[in-house]
Amino acid sequence: MSSAGFYIMATGAVIAAACALLGSFLVLRKMAMVGDAVSHAVLPGIVLAFLISGSRGNLIMLVGAAITGVLTTVLIELLHKKARLQEDASIGITFTWLFAIGVILISSFTGQVDLDQDCVLYGEIAYVPLDLLYTSSGTVLGPRALWVGGGLLLLVVIFVLVGFRGLKISTFNPEYAKALGISTAFWHFSFMGLVSLTTVVSFESVGAILIVALLVVPAATAYLLTHRLKAMLLLAVLFGVLASVGGYYLAAALNGSIAGAMVTVAGILFLLAFGYSRWENSRKA
Amino acid sequence: MDSLWTFLQFKDATLQLVTAGTVLIAMGASVVGCFAFLRKRALVGDAVAHAILPGIAVAFMLTAAKNPLILLSGALVSGWLALYCIEIIQKTSKLSADTAIAAVLGVFFGIGILLLTHIQHSDLENQSGLDRFLFGSAASMSTADLLTYAGVALFLLLAIAGLYKELKLFSFNPEYAQVLGLPVKTIRRLINSLTVMAIAIGIQSVGVVLMAALLITPAAAARAWTDRLLVMIFLAAGFAAFSALVGSYVSFSATAMPTGPWIVMSLSFLALISLFIAPQRGLLARLNRQRLNRIKILTENMLKAFYNLGERAGTYQKWLTAEDLARVRDFTHAELTQGLRILRKKHLVIPKQSGYRLSRQGLDEARRVVRLHRLWEMYLTQRMRMKSDHIHPNAETIEHIITPEIEEQLLRELDFPEKDPHSSPIPYPQ
Repeated sequence: MSSAGFYIMATGAVIAAACALLGSFLVLRKMAMVGDAVSHAVLPGIVLAFLISGSRGNLIMLVGAAITGVLTTVLIELLHKKARLQEDASIGITFTWLFAIGVILISSFTGQVDLDQDCVLYGEIAYVPLDLLYTSSGTVLGPRALWVGGGLLLLVVIFVLVGFRGLKISTFNPEYAKALGISTAFWHFSFMGLVSLTTVVSFESVGAILIVALLVVPAATAYLLTHRLKAMLLLAVLFGVLASVGGYYLAAALNGSIAGAMVTVAGILFLLAFGYSRWENSRKA
Repeated sequence: MDSLWTFLQFKDATLQLVTAGTVLIAMGASVVGCFAFLRKRALVGDAVAHAILPGIAVAFMLTAAKNPLILLSGALVSGWLALYCIEIIQKTSKLSADTAIAAVLGVFFGIGILLLTHIQHSDLENQSGLDRFLFGSAASMSTADLLTYAGVALFLLLAIAGLYKELKLFSFNPEYAQVLGLPVKTIRRLINSLTVMAIAIGIQSVGVVLMAALLITPAAAARAWTDRLLVMIFLAAGFAAFSALVGSYVSFSATAMPTGPWIVMSLSFLALISLFIAPQRGLLARLNRQRLNRIKILTENMLKAFYNLGERAGTYQKWLTAEDLARVRDFTHAELTQGLRILRKKHLVIPKQSGYRLSRQGLDEARRVVRLHRLWEMYLTQRMRMKSDHIHPNAETIEHIITPEIEEQLLRELDFPEKDPHSSPIPYPQ
């Protein structure tokens, strides 16, 4: 296997794994479509941060763009609770509006922003091996995206490990969490902040729209197969990694988008799990 | 402003056609969207918009032609398939609706992207322009395409006009529609087909991602202004048409600007304004109602405090200070200042340097509030058989709400009682 192929698969795998962990909680919190909205709504944040800082790599830009994502959830809440708009419409209006602002910004600053519409739609994971990091002595450390993705995965793993109890209780039983003195608002916002950061980091690799698939599909597949949270998290990561490896080969075979192929494989895994869970249910019944 | 004038003259035949087409497409989507909005299926529309992509790609791969009708049929098939998948997942597994929608949206779109990039990388001729579906661009459509899509939009509007009654009943109350013997299943299939069709042509002007806005946003904006479906539909169509004009104008005057995002900007702006300023349902109107209500309760409670102090002292002519009032009831400092100011403005209290006392009308009004409070306490003890030490908080709330008609009924029901359950006299108008 070429090192380029390995780099692409590894980058896909770390991003998919981070998405799968957070996505499991999104699915359990019934917030899958909020995740979808956030992944679209970070676009104007990314463009603005890019215009201000002039590059895609730096940390301030990542965090700045991630704040847009958290603001999205606040905006959805405001429309829903204060303006009494039904929830699905609040989500739909918020993310289309912010995404439209993002596209307009890209169109206004073409030439100044190194983002184009294709990148927004399906990312540039194929170009990952072109942007390598070197040590001062010139040894190749691997692609930048892999390091950023790896850092993100580490952050997500630490967050899930440290916050497991708080996340679990505030997900399954918010009332009980309150009674125990666990702040549901704290977990909500730090969780959404991390989802939003993940979206920003994954953006250039897989594009705005396919992120939602990586967040939701492996987690949903795992949820079909188990009732236990820990097992679900591990299975979701496994499916995410499988999708990334399988997607690389499928894309090579069809000469198409790698991100699109990753999601296609994730979809096939979902279909298999769905068939299996229906067969299980009919056998029990 | 010159460019606006040139735009509005519509001298250019292409401009006329593109603008008219965009307006019709947006109107079609917004009208169908009203029903999706009312059925709370707005995000399903979003999923269908994404799910259309593989259908278009497969249709192109099979025929290698960009005939709009063939692509449209491909879109219909995959849109339908996505709807079916969402329904099956939701019905037969433990996954919730939002997960089902997001999963179908993501997977279909991923397959679509895979196929589309496959087409682009292979040497099929005539493939350019397929990615128009992703971001939409009415301006680059050929005349024939545009006529086809506008025709479909017109068909949608006519179909909805023809089946208005059935669609209305179904959207608000499907169970009732079924009891009435309407073919509910057929209507559901029909309304789904109309939605998929509207989305398939709508992505031509705004693209996949923003399609949801074309369905939901005009409906949400219109809903803020009215409770009547017909008015809502016309308003939504109006908002959509106006925004389509705005989008066309912007991309006419600044050629680098895409039409779709500006249509969505205009729609979102209209929706936000509507949600804010609409009478009755708007945010400002609701906040104002809440404020007025709070003031009513505050002033009535202050009148009661005046009355209670007067009742104890045996005279209502004594001058009372804010501190006196605070002694009978827990008013904050700000409440006292605001309440006394309003009472004075309404001439319900007479101010003097040493304090305030109730005016003639003020005393009447205070009697009315105290009377309602005590009548309700009587009602609770006599008719609801509640203990007399449990009734005060309930009466505190209801005294601000009872209308003169209910008061009349209470009086007759209780036969004009003299005293309340705590043996305080019930004040009647003098």
